[in-house]
Amino acid sequence: MVGKGERRYQRMLTVIMFLISLIMVIPLILLVMASITSNNEIVMHGYSFWPKEFSLDAYKYIWNEKAQIFHAYGVTVLVTVIGTAVGTMLTLLYGYVLAQPKFPGKSFLAFYLFFTMLFNGGLVPTYIMYTRYLHLKNSIAALIIPGLLMNAFNVILARTFIQSNVPVALKEAAEIDGASEFRIFGQVALPLCKPIIATVGLFIGLSYWNDWMNGLYYVTDAKLFSIQQLLNNMIKNIEFLSKNANSNINVSSISGGIPQETVRMAIAIVGLLPILLVFPFVQKYFIKGISVGAVKG
Amino acid sequence: MNSKKKKMLKRAIPLYIMVAPGFIYLLINNYIPMLGIVIAFKNLNFSKGILKSDWAGLSNFEYLFKAPDAFLITRNTILYNVAFIVVNTVVAIVIAIILSEIRSKMKVKIFQSCVLIPSLISIIIVSYLAYAFLSGRTGFINGSLAAAGKDTISFYTEPKYWPAILIFINCWKGAGYSSIIYLAAILGIDQEMYEAAEIDGATRWNKIRFITLPMLKSTVITLTLMNVGRIFYSDFGLFYQVPMNSGALINATNTIDTYVYRGLIELGDISMSSAACVYQSLVGFVLVLTANWVTKKLSSENALF
Repeated sequence: MVGKGERRYQRMLTVIMFLISLIMVIPLILLVMASITSNNEIVMHGYSFWPKEFSLDAYKYIWNEKAQIFHAYGVTVLVTVIGTAVGTMLTLLYGYVLAQPKFPGKSFLAFYLFFTMLFNGGLVPTYIMYTRYLHLKNSIAALIIPGLLMNAFNVILARTFIQSNVPVALKEAAEIDGASEFRIFGQVALPLCKPIIATVGLFIGLSYWNDWMNGLYYVTDAKLFSIQQLLNNMIKNIEFLSKNANSNINVSSISGGIPQETVRMAIAIVGLLPILLVFPFVQKYFIKGISVGAVKG
Repeated sequence: MNSKKKKMLKRAIPLYIMVAPGFIYLLINNYIPMLGIVIAFKNLNFSKGILKSDWAGLSNFEYLFKAPDAFLITRNTILYNVAFIVVNTVVAIVIAIILSEIRSKMKVKIFQSCVLIPSLISIIIVSYLAYAFLSGRTGFINGSLAAAGKDTISFYTEPKYWPAILIFINCWKGAGYSSIIYLAAILGIDQEMYEAAEIDGATRWNKIRFITLPMLKSTVITLTLMNVGRIFYSDFGLFYQVPMNSGALINATNTIDTYVYRGLIELGDISMSSAACVYQSLVGFVLVLTANWVTKKLSSENALF
């Protein structure tokens, strides 16, 4: 039974929430529209939500120049796959160990992890170590190793999940059957951990897909550019223009016939699309991870 | 060593092996750079190596704090963070309360997807989005202003607009994420309290005002104190990429993180940037400890340690 007042209230909430949601997605709509506007119109009239002149030139251009863009895409995919697989494994192993009942060194291992949340050396020593001593500059490892592989937040998430979802009795039963710790981890714990593997994998995967800082710090070789770094380099060109905002450089005249303004936007969409396509299917793990992690971080 | 202890150690060996990869990773990625803090107290000379470089005492810090930059970057970092905390908390709670009141599960899911989308976008793409709106020549805002016969605004050279722009973008990007946390807290509130209030004749607003908001207090305190502990850190991308590293905006957009990056990579001034880096690490550390101490006083179960 729903009263009239309640119906009106629900309608009002829906309208407010619709407006908030609109603010959230409207920049993306502008981005999509910009990518299918003719370049001339943008140069003349700027970005708009409903262009007078549609054009797929940007996508045609990307298709013609696919070598570079697909290469960057490949780098992003490779880094994301390796980083997520290795990172999730390290995170789960550490979390599993911390979820075990008392053993010598447990509290040290917990503190060792936890302290990284409180204190860090910062960019300068990290940068010097990775470049001068580990010589990671311009290598695929530079995109994978620094910063992103494992963090304390995800480990604590995994530990909390394992503590409450992998029954001690089950583990003890397996022990009595003579299973080794490794087998228990692989055959008893991991199958029960699917939801947390999804959540942690999602967090790590998203941070790799969106990462541009490792590229900025450690990579100058164009062969190793990820899609984010490619985008970053393209915006540097805009940066140059905006710094010389007073000089009358015509955007289209220096671009040599490339529909620059729209191509940028089209590449941004190419970088964003996979996330938007995958998200609806993994939303529930994402939400679970955020709400659980925050309550007991 | 007695035999019982030996046995326990032996049983723990597989655990040590399992934890080893993560342990080594933290050693390299986190602990060795901590030792690197010593760089700030040296005149770094790579031909001599870090350990053999001459000691500089506190002179790097003296340079840092004598320059006007030190005050500016500290002020910007703290003020932006305070504004972010306040604005994001309010917006996130509003979103969470509305979502908790909407009956249709379907609608909640769709709205939730919409508010979460910004948190999935890399800051590089955010800077593209901002550019599409703000660009002096082609931006949507200036296009609209021009169409209305008003003067256009050169956003990327006018610092005065940037505090508002950055606060808006940060809220746009982060509020949906935080709203999930508040929504989880609201859904955890005992439904019987609402039912009892209803019997007593409470209106919808009463229920929000006297049940939901007070019940969110501990979540707000915990999250706020967590953020206060991070008040000395800023989102490098937000302050560096979104304003497009524009020199004209530096007074409004320079934070400790952008300062350290510019010093290290663009200027090659390692001593100065490492001093700023240590300043950030140490003050940050003290702030986390303080924030945690306060949390413990207020509600011990929410403290980090």
